[in-house]
Amino acid sequence: MFSEKIISMLFENTLITLYMTVASTLIAYVIGLPMGILLVLSAKDGLRPNAVLYKALDVIVNLLRSIPFLILLVLVIPLTRAIVGKSYGPTATIVPLTIAAAPFIARLVESSLREVDPGVVEAAKSMGADNFNIVTKVLIPEARTALITDATVALVTILGYSAMAGTVGGGGLGDIAIQYGYYRYQTDIMFATVILLVLLVQILQWAGMRLARALDRRVRS
Amino acid sequence: METDNNAMSEVMIRIEGLSKTFRTKDAEVEALKDINLDIHAGEIYGIIGMSGAGKSTLVRCLNYLERPTKGNVYVEGKNLADMDERELRSTRKRIGMIFQHFNLLMQRSVLGNVLFPLEIGKVPGEQAKKKAMELLGLVGLSDKAGVYPAQLSGGQMQRVAIARALAADPKILLCDEATSALDPATTKSILELLSRINKELGITIVIITHSMSVVEEVCTHVAIIDGGVLAETGEVKEVFAHPRTDAAKRLFMESGAHEGLVTELKGKHCIRIVFTKNSSFEPVIANMVLSVGTPVNILLADTKDIGGIAHGQMVLQLPEDEEKAQAMVEYLKTRKLDVEELTDYVQ
Ligand SMILES: Nc1ncnc2c1ncn2[C@@H]1O[C@H](COP(=O)(O)OP(=O)(O)OP(=O)(O)O)[C@@H](O)[C@H]1O
Ligand SMILES: [Mg+2]
Repeated sequence: MFSEKIISMLFENTLITLYMTVASTLIAYVIGLPMGILLVLSAKDGLRPNAVLYKALDVIVNLLRSIPFLILLVLVIPLTRAIVGKSYGPTATIVPLTIAAAPFIARLVESSLREVDPGVVEAAKSMGADNFNIVTKVLIPEARTALITDATVALVTILGYSAMAGTVGGGGLGDIAIQYGYYRYQTDIMFATVILLVLLVQILQWAGMRLARALDRRVRS
Repeated sequence: METDNNAMSEVMIRIEGLSKTFRTKDAEVEALKDINLDIHAGEIYGIIGMSGAGKSTLVRCLNYLERPTKGNVYVEGKNLADMDERELRSTRKRIGMIFQHFNLLMQRSVLGNVLFPLEIGKVPGEQAKKKAMELLGLVGLSDKAGVYPAQLSGGQMQRVAIARALAADPKILLCDEATSALDPATTKSILELLSRINKELGITIVIITHSMSVVEEVCTHVAIIDGGVLAETGEVKEVFAHPRTDAAKRLFMESGAHEGLVTELKGKHCIRIVFTKNSSFEPVIANMVLSVGTPVNILLADTKDIGGIAHGQMVLQLPEDEEKAQAMVEYLKTRKLDVEELTDYVQ
């Protein structure tokens, strides 16, 4: 159906999409995970309540999350230029993707850690655990199923954003869809990219859920 | 009300003028009011009270999971109020704690759970594992080391929690409603385990409960807490035989009484008899009925045969004929039973 050239272009751009998605998710976790943990710790009923810190984080997260991604993309162009040296292409897209994903991930992490049974945290405290012990040995391991599910949601969401970024020259499958489907009326290529995107989402979702379930020890086998 | 024996042994926990007030947005709850209590080494101290009496708050003050609003808690002579966070954490390692809902780490195996306090205490791997396996042996779960808590029964989970609480070699074990989620048979086996731990490892145990039978089963001493106030303290057999306060009497009545039945009965004259080690083990109620020649209603019977001696209590509703009722009371007294008149037991 497609020429070899187009197939290899689709393949290459699938990899580019994955690269943008995975790289920005990873970097976003480096920022979002500690933010989520700090939100839980500093909350009023947290291990180390700190109203100022909590409020500050809360506002930052809400603010960033309320900016539509396409606008954020444009807003951060100067920052993207400063970091990457240019404002278009896959690597440059990682900057806005990360900025959009980090607060989203912070919220996901926050809500997952909150679900850990407070009784277990209390038990850990009664054994003389400090807050670091509680975060690393109780909160994160006990919430791991939810955290893996979160990561899956984050990956899929960022994949969608990356396709959006593609429409303004971000590279990857979204870029191809716009280039061929919109500007050149080659709808078959556009459909192919859509199918590839759907497949990617399905695979990520399936793998994430499987991993979450495989690592969950709460179920009776 | 301490015996000489206790006065001589070391005070493990001293609670002094302890009060705790919770302030919420629209209310102030005085959960504990001026509590004073000494718990000595080797005792199994029951703290009993109705729901909301302040039991959990009190036990959480003993390791400063909750900070008292007023007063002091001394553990092995050291005032917890004088400690910084670090010292508090190391003191907590000397105080094990178990809970109603076990609070195990569900994503860790049984062995992993027992290893937890050892990891926190930085005990090297092999040594920690050996210790954890020993403890699992003690609680009878050696074969479950690799299993996850979700696959255990409630009783087994509590045993894991006990092994975990003992891992850091505590001197004190706090139990907050540790058997409230368990059936009677499992409760009994857990209480037996606690009693064994007390004897074999010499660990002082504090048991929080709302059930009189738990106190009876294992405790040496009991404190009755009612509306945030300590109503009565002392040796279990003493408090049980001669309850001085209404709170105590109410608690004894509650355990096992069928309220529905009580309200339907007509006669007003009720007595409570307590079987202690002085009481002879004969069918005393049957003999009483035979000798007086009138039946009685047994409103509550909570007795056990421990080593050929009856232990426990009964509440009897006597015949309306006062003469016969008096004859029965006399009969019971000659059998060396403690008889207590109850007013308002039947409405
Ligand atoms: N964190 C809190 N904030 C506000 N009020 C509290 C708090 N913890 C306990 N209380 C109140 O203090 C009182 C004593 O509570 P506590 O949990 O100690 O009772 P309890 O004797 O353990 O009851 P139960 O048998 O139901 O467990 C209750 O009135 C309760 O509502
Ligand atoms: Mg309680």
